[in-house]
Amino acid sequence: MGFYDRFFDTLGLRDWCDSEKVDGPMTMTELLARSQGADSVDAPWWDIPFPSLDNLNNACHAVSRTRDLTEGVEQGFLDIKTSLQFVLDPITQPLSWLLDGSLYLFAAIPWWTLIPAILILVYYVSRSIGVTLFVALSFLFLAFIDHYSYSIQTLSIIFVCTVLSVLFGVPLGIAMSKSNTFQKVMIPILDMLQTLPSFVYLIPLIFLFSITESKLYGIAIIMYAIVPVVRLTDLGIRLVDKDVIEAADAFGMSRRQKLFGVEIPLALPNIMAGVNQTIMMALAMVVIASLVSAPGLGVLVLRGIRNLELGVGLVSGVCIVLLAVVLDRVSKASLARINTSQD
Amino acid sequence: MADTIKVSIRHLYKIFGGDPESVLDLARNGMSKTELLEKHGHVVGLRDINVDMSEGEITVIMGLSGSGKSTLIRHLNLLIEPTAGEVLVDGIDVTHLSAVELRDMRQTGMSMVFQKFALLPHRTVLQNAGLALRVRGLGDGEADTEAKKWLDRVGLQGFEQHFPHQLSGGMQQRVGIARALTSNSPIMLMDEAFSALDPLIRTDMQDLLMELQKDLHKTIVFITHDLDESLKLADHLVILKDGYVVQQDEPQQILLNPADPYIEDFVSDINRARVLRVRSIMKPSSKAARASAGNIDYDDTLESVIARSGGSTAKSYTVKRDGKTVGILDMKELIKALVPRLASQSGVRGNVTS
Ligand SMILES: Nc1ncnc2c1ncn2[C@@H]1O[C@H](COP(=O)(O)OP(=O)(O)OP(=O)(O)O)[C@@H](O)[C@H]1O
Ligand SMILES: [Mg+2]
Repeated sequence: MGFYDRFFDTLGLRDWCDSEKVDGPMTMTELLARSQGADSVDAPWWDIPFPSLDNLNNACHAVSRTRDLTEGVEQGFLDIKTSLQFVLDPITQPLSWLLDGSLYLFAAIPWWTLIPAILILVYYVSRSIGVTLFVALSFLFLAFIDHYSYSIQTLSIIFVCTVLSVLFGVPLGIAMSKSNTFQKVMIPILDMLQTLPSFVYLIPLIFLFSITESKLYGIAIIMYAIVPVVRLTDLGIRLVDKDVIEAADAFGMSRRQKLFGVEIPLALPNIMAGVNQTIMMALAMVVIASLVSAPGLGVLVLRGIRNLELGVGLVSGVCIVLLAVVLDRVSKASLARINTSQD
Repeated sequence: MADTIKVSIRHLYKIFGGDPESVLDLARNGMSKTELLEKHGHVVGLRDINVDMSEGEITVIMGLSGSGKSTLIRHLNLLIEPTAGEVLVDGIDVTHLSAVELRDMRQTGMSMVFQKFALLPHRTVLQNAGLALRVRGLGDGEADTEAKKWLDRVGLQGFEQHFPHQLSGGMQQRVGIARALTSNSPIMLMDEAFSALDPLIRTDMQDLLMELQKDLHKTIVFITHDLDESLKLADHLVILKDGYVVQQDEPQQILLNPADPYIEDFVSDINRARVLRVRSIMKPSSKAARASAGNIDYDDTLESVIARSGGSTAKSYTVKRDGKTVGILDMKELIKALVPRLASQSGVRGNVTS
């Protein structure tokens, strides 16, 4: 007898309860209770258990158990899975192509072309000899300890995911800044994407897509990394000097002229700060995404954990840190350049 | 000056708050600003404004902070929508323009100069000055030539490739003025355009504006909270208080006949001898004064007449305008005009509702 039997009896629901007699497997607590023979003992009133689903089910079998709930969620997901796949699969297919193509391309270019090309790009965006030199030394070090190809794979994934995050994130942020309603809808979604432990949204993705497809980790990384660029675009545009906007209106600018001629240029420092964070979050996620077959340095970390190869794990960890510093410095240097040209 | 009315504001009301229409009638029936705020949670921005602005004149709108000056000027180019009333520009009610027509009017019919300059920080001085033309879709070449012309005119030769933050406040506002002039619009709106500048620069800018106006004859709406500035610039002076017009007239007339204690307070500290002119206090007459002590000009300030008279109150002068005799000025009248008259004595106070 459970604690809540009397409750259901008084309400006259006993018949309803017993009509749903389930013979499903017992929960662990039930088993324990049975083995201890606690069923027959009348526990003192202060031991009353919380009326949770399992405890209520104990008294009345018509009430479902928590396990039924999780099963229900799973079942629900599986039910919509096919139709979801039908829609999402073709839409996201280009992501796989992009990721694979980029990986192939980066691997195909010989190191003596790629490293100088990267350095020229770094100098072009940062206009800083110091930063360029630092990047050069980092790459030489990575190559020297034979982590070059892994690092390039990681970079390639970050590159594709960051570009896509900016491509989708900036328009989203602009839309948010233009509509308070849309902003109210988006903020909880962004909060969720940012706070949900990264492992958690790997789970539904694994169900949806085959684990061998690159878009699986691509989506995971983009969902995680897109948040800052969306937030900061929204913020940046909302923070544009009201007086300047008023001047733009007073001179009869159209919405389009205002957006591209005033708002985006003035919000650019904030947007770039968002891009910097997006890059860093993409790096953090690409390591975790090695769990779902993302190539790169994360694979080495995983190997370190799986096989208890301490050295492999630590060295690749150091490489990740180095890569993080490189990405951070380069994007911050270009951000600083935008800032100085503006005020 | 030809007295064509360029802009005409009719029974304009602006109420800020959740549901302005609901309290419009209360405001119409004269409920006070504080009462409306306390009992109904709405702020009266403007109340029954009627102002006519003549073509080619400078209309100055003056009032203390919060009196609704910025709100009023923003109704002319509809940066703020009225709750009720009309704003007629060349006889057309701008409150009923479609979005496209409104944009067109803002691009070609009006330009605006802002208190905080509001230049685009990421554009050069030249690009800023040419903004209006670029917005209209003109090519860079045309816009830059025109912009350069006006930058030269406001004294900014050689600064074309600078960015706004590299200029002083006064220079930035010159860019603001050049930007407004480049648009070549007949109406220019200036919201406290010189308030952010220090006194000397401000005087420079006022002189610049007067000089430009001599050639350009734009219809200028100028906002200020500074009486000296308004007396210097205004052809027509509108005094606002708590969102309604307390008095509007030629500035000299306001000085001589303040309509209410609020305005008396305003004008009491003014150096009247320097501001008042012979034309405002002379007795019109086509004959020369008997025992005339000499000729003075219609537009002379009283200060210069006093200097000429050597302080004597016994003299009278013949007033000339373009060589013709237009009136007589008795020094006794002049001395009387120097003492501020009280509104209660001139009996106009009763006309003002508050
Ligand atoms: N958007 C708004 N919402 C509510 N009240 C407003 C709004 N804009 C202006 N007001 C109110 O309208 C009144 C007039 O404001 P306005 O900015 O026109 O004053 P102002 O004469 O330009 O003052 P200042 O010299 O300080 O610029 C003030 O009482 C202000 O509180
Ligand atoms: Mg103002």
